[in-house]
Amino acid sequence: MSNLALFPIVIPLIFAAVLMLFPKNVSMQRIVAIAGVSATLVSALFLFSKVSTDGIQAVTLGSWPAPFGISMVSDMLSVLLVLSSTLVTLFVLFYSIPTIGVKREQSYYYPAVLFLMTGVNGAFTTGDIFNLFVFIEVLLMASYALIVHGGEKPQLRESIKYLLVNIISSALFVSAVAYLYSVTGTLNMADLAVKIPKIEAVGILTVIAVLFLVVFGFKAAIFPLYFWLPGSYFAPPMAILALFGALLTKVGVYAIMRTYTLFFTMNIGFTHELLAIIAILTILAGCIGALAYFDVKKIIIYNIIIAVGVILFGISQMNAAGVEGSIFYLVHDMLIKAALFLLVGILTVIFGTSDLRKMGGLIKSYPLFGWTFLIAAFGLAGIPPLSGFPGKLLIVQGGFEGTHFWGSLVILATSLLVLLSVVRIFIYAFWGEPAKIVTIDRKHYLSMFVPTAILVALTVVLGAGAELFMPFVSDAGEVLLNPSLYIDAVLKE
Amino acid sequence: MRTNDVMLQTATKVVTFIILMFAVHIFFAGHYTPGGGFVGGLLTASAIVLLMLAFDLPTVKKIVPINYVVLTAVGLLIAIATASASIVFDVPFFTHAYDYFDLPLFGKTSLHSAMLFDLGVYLVVVGVTMTIIQTIGEDE
Repeated sequence: MSNLALFPIVIPLIFAAVLMLFPKNVSMQRIVAIAGVSATLVSALFLFSKVSTDGIQAVTLGSWPAPFGISMVSDMLSVLLVLSSTLVTLFVLFYSIPTIGVKREQSYYYPAVLFLMTGVNGAFTTGDIFNLFVFIEVLLMASYALIVHGGEKPQLRESIKYLLVNIISSALFVSAVAYLYSVTGTLNMADLAVKIPKIEAVGILTVIAVLFLVVFGFKAAIFPLYFWLPGSYFAPPMAILALFGALLTKVGVYAIMRTYTLFFTMNIGFTHELLAIIAILTILAGCIGALAYFDVKKIIIYNIIIAVGVILFGISQMNAAGVEGSIFYLVHDMLIKAALFLLVGILTVIFGTSDLRKMGGLIKSYPLFGWTFLIAAFGLAGIPPLSGFPGKLLIVQGGFEGTHFWGSLVILATSLLVLLSVVRIFIYAFWGEPAKIVTIDRKHYLSMFVPTAILVALTVVLGAGAELFMPFVSDAGEVLLNPSLYIDAVLKE
Repeated sequence: MRTNDVMLQTATKVVTFIILMFAVHIFFAGHYTPGGGFVGGLLTASAIVLLMLAFDLPTVKKIVPINYVVLTAVGLLIAIATASASIVFDVPFFTHAYDYFDLPLFGKTSLHSAMLFDLGVYLVVVGVTMTIIQTIGEDE
């Protein structure tokens, strides 16, 4: 099957179109949406096994030869990300059924989620820089619909900011692609990787590389372009927020990873130095935010920004340890962020508020929930047997091997702050005097808790079984560090 | 007081058909001359908008009883199905096929599967444009 790489993109697209036909039939919407995401997950698993046995899967659409048609390339990195994004979407769907409300479900909620998944999976798979733009627009359009979905006042206010920022950054993206095209004359990423080293005008290419960093930095929320994220992500309901927090910024991070390892390698001394400095500043800015707030949502939102900084620091090192660490940490972060948002969502349902100071003493009435939260919090901070540890360890190692030992020191120090920020939620919400709680139906609680707990269990498996996952991660890292593997797979004829 | 717009309505009845025919012409001419699904769809939508201007929304809904969201979904499905048909023949996604046929009225004609994709684009453009206009128009 030469088209296997496209299945995780086409299946959610078809299901989303089908879901548009009967918006009012809620039970059918749920069944078809879950069937669609499950089918995508199965196809992603097939693709994963195919890539791990046969190497990079590349297909150029329309049977055109490679640099002329649009290439879709599924290497280990992209298939790992497709797999984790599909997994996250599936759990968020299970979580949305009890929480999102019938009214929202009847107004095209599930089609929007599936369109979002189409865009995310497409952005991870594409091998064409303009097609990357199109897929990012697909996921952004779906995210615009989701962020304003329901039309509450804060959602309306924040969606305007979100729209403005993203339209400006998309316009910058188009200009950046135009500059790149006028210098190189091609849009295919593999072809770019062949042509860029031959161009002598390194100055203009460095400018374009920095412009791309600005563009993807807007999407990924790096310092100082993260200003839109805390407000915008605060507005939508928790299921949508979990989807955003787990997937959207990661697309920007992936795009920086891909472009900065595949073809913007002509002036590493400047571009990657800049990336390392920005990554460290991003971590510091995120830490300040995560410690400053007494609001559970805000704390986790600022933790997104910290993780973006950590991943980008690993990439900026351009050595095996740093890159592999980034890949592991990226996969871990998608799962753990979704899990944490879902857990925090249950907290806000139980207490009826997201203010930490109004919470307390929950460990007596919900012990299992409390310990699950603690495990997720430790996983986020990177306590050894859990999933945050191997990635961060490798990133720190990469920093020490490279020229940025001070960056590694910052990452180690800020891990303590990350731990502090999430354990503070645990201490406030689960210890101390019991606060007033909203009585919720046991069945309703379980329908929220079970998918969340499974997701947390998955992150534990990812951490404890790191030995099993490392071969795939180093496969992915090898392709990033040797662009020739990628180029040969795409331009084979 | 409602003004008498018999002039507008009579002219609309003629002009709408001219616009619709032109839209179909533009749609079919897309392969060899400027035009295609996008412009064709916009022209079709503009014909319906002209009807809405000359009459009112409930009347137009009675004349063209289409759920435009469903139309959009159907257009999307046609486009995806055309692209996915290549999977059945195990060639890369989006590979198109064409051949020459002797049709009774048109004579020797080349039929290309890109046409079906364009039909999907056409339906999506009509559906989306009309959904936007209708939703804003009905809003109180």
